[in-house]
Amino acid sequence: MEEQGKAYWFATLKLIGGILVVWAVVSYGFGIIFAGPLNNIHVGGYPFGFWWAQQGSIYVFIALIFVYAKLQGQIDVKFNVNEE
Amino acid sequence: MSLQFLTYLVVGATFALYIGIAIWSRAGSTSDFYVAGGGVHPVVNGMATAADWMSAASFISMAGLIAYMGYGGALFLMGWTGGYVLMATMLAPYLRKFGRFTVPAFFADRYYSKSAAAMAVICLLVASITYIIGQMTGVGVAFSRFLGVSNEMGIYIGMGIVFCYAVFGGMKGITYTQVAQYCVLMSAYVIPAIFISFQLTGVPIPQLGLGASLVGEDVTLLAKLNQVVTELGFSEYTTQVPGSKLNMFVYTISLMIGTAGLPHVIIRFFTVPTVADARYSAGWALVFIAIVYTTAPAVAAMARLNLHATVSPEVNTGAPLIAQGAGLVYEDRPDWMKRWEVTGLLAWTDKNNDGKIQYYNDKSQAIAAQAQAAGWNGNELSVNNDIIVLANPEIALLPNWVIALVAAGGVAAALSTAAGLLLAISSAISHDLLKKIFMPDLDEKKELLAGKISMAGAIVVAGYLGLNPPGFAAGTVALAFGIAACSIFPALMMGIFNKNMCKYGAIWGMAVGLIVTLFYVFAHKGIFFIKGTEFLGLIGGANSFFGITPEAFGAIGAALNFLTAYIVSKVTPPPPEHIQHMVEDVRTPRGSKAAVGGH
Repeated sequence: MEEQGKAYWFATLKLIGGILVVWAVVSYGFGIIFAGPLNNIHVGGYPFGFWWAQQGSIYVFIALIFVYAKLQGQIDVKFNVNEE
Repeated sequence: MSLQFLTYLVVGATFALYIGIAIWSRAGSTSDFYVAGGGVHPVVNGMATAADWMSAASFISMAGLIAYMGYGGALFLMGWTGGYVLMATMLAPYLRKFGRFTVPAFFADRYYSKSAAAMAVICLLVASITYIIGQMTGVGVAFSRFLGVSNEMGIYIGMGIVFCYAVFGGMKGITYTQVAQYCVLMSAYVIPAIFISFQLTGVPIPQLGLGASLVGEDVTLLAKLNQVVTELGFSEYTTQVPGSKLNMFVYTISLMIGTAGLPHVIIRFFTVPTVADARYSAGWALVFIAIVYTTAPAVAAMARLNLHATVSPEVNTGAPLIAQGAGLVYEDRPDWMKRWEVTGLLAWTDKNNDGKIQYYNDKSQAIAAQAQAAGWNGNELSVNNDIIVLANPEIALLPNWVIALVAAGGVAAALSTAAGLLLAISSAISHDLLKKIFMPDLDEKKELLAGKISMAGAIVVAGYLGLNPPGFAAGTVALAFGIAACSIFPALMMGIFNKNMCKYGAIWGMAVGLIVTLFYVFAHKGIFFIKGTEFLGLIGGANSFFGITPEAFGAIGAALNFLTAYIVSKVTPPPPEHIQHMVEDVRTPRGSKAAVGGH
């Protein structure tokens, strides 16, 4: 049981870590740090770095939360700690 | 029908709706009052959270700020949405599993200490009260601009409406009114944007219109805007940065963790039935917020271009913008400019006595010679940021009912956020202070009554502060985020993710984070925002910490909070066995029950 609990928490942390890496890359990475070079690319009339900062990052945030909720639900079932 | 009458009609109809909901959803138990009985559907809760979250400032000021800041305005967009990812993955599901009514209740149990709870109550009250002042003044502004009543009258009416559903309905009444308020404020925001996007680009979806080409021209809206603003001496729209990229980076972090740490948003996630619902509900909240927040940058850029095209007719003809005789003849200005001049949000002074409006950046060295050669004597037009949203329908010549809808939307945004904050304040007083610390033998009936009385008291205090805003009101919303970021968020997160975090670590961490942040803010803005008490000399000048502005400093405070808590927890006794078990229990969803008050 103790081992199971540790494995569950490790799987959870791994998932959250993955989600937060993407979260940081789209906002702080694409939206801020690399916005300058990305602005040389134009997508749909937008300079790409500007698009990430004012539009794209928000769409990715939404997707991240739903992906997280789904995958975390699967982890809960796998380790038999889901709500009945 | 006159605009005035139509506005009364639309705003009056929304008020009737809110009060109707209040009568339908009275609170019969403390569970109803604090967490709406714990049975709110995750999508409904998401919508209510979105209304709770989007304040008068979001609705009225944000697009204007972005219009003025350009690319750098993205820090508000990313900061105020990215926080939901942190909330969904690191706080909401665990606090929902914990199953108490309030945020300080978590501090009391997890850090087995009344001082930790008391500290949380103080942080919560300071953050919430500073935030609510802005909402109350927002109610006053919306009423006086659109309904022609005085500021004071507007605040009294607003207090009366909130009283109806917040005192009798508690969280239950607030939740269902917020759903209605979301629908009002979202349509009030998006409908004018659709019209304007279609007029300028022929694309009715503002999110795509922002990237599209202008009608009848072979140039994109953003490229045209860049060309116009740089020609007038302003920074290029799509690359302009507030201060430095580092400051923008840190500011965004502060808003994100501040968002995740604001108590009035966190308590919304106590109202859903299960832990899994709390996760999805955060996603739905962000969907509803994003509808407005992805529209805002389109409104910003389009309104900025419209404004320049109005005062510099040369924008449409392609003639040089800065030239002898350029600019709009003041006598020919459109009606909306005349209307907004009355409010003082728009003002013109004819510096070179040519009877024409010259609107440009007179601080720019690059165009100084050109402007002088053209006989321009300095910028003549001052434009308040709030006009971008408030006057937008008029600038685009939209029908009167759209203008009336914007009025109802502004009022809805201010009322919904005020109600959420009032609930956080009154539950902290009746549940965390009275029931948990001073009068533990309070029975449920009496606690419910105490909750209603403290809600009524909070409304009166908020109304008073709205009527007599302290001199520091303008800077306070930023402070609310700073406090939530540097004190509440780190302590909550460590409580869940670090089993060995003890009460000493948490208390010292919060204290250091709060003191350092307040020190830096007060150095810039004065001690408790009292003018003349700034002590910039002591910290070596403005923004002396790597060019970080005081509004952005919450993230630095949070980092110090984490560091201090970690070091202190290493040299003090670990938390007792049963606390460590409690943390393990909070981490797994199974066994979640509806939120309950006691132990």
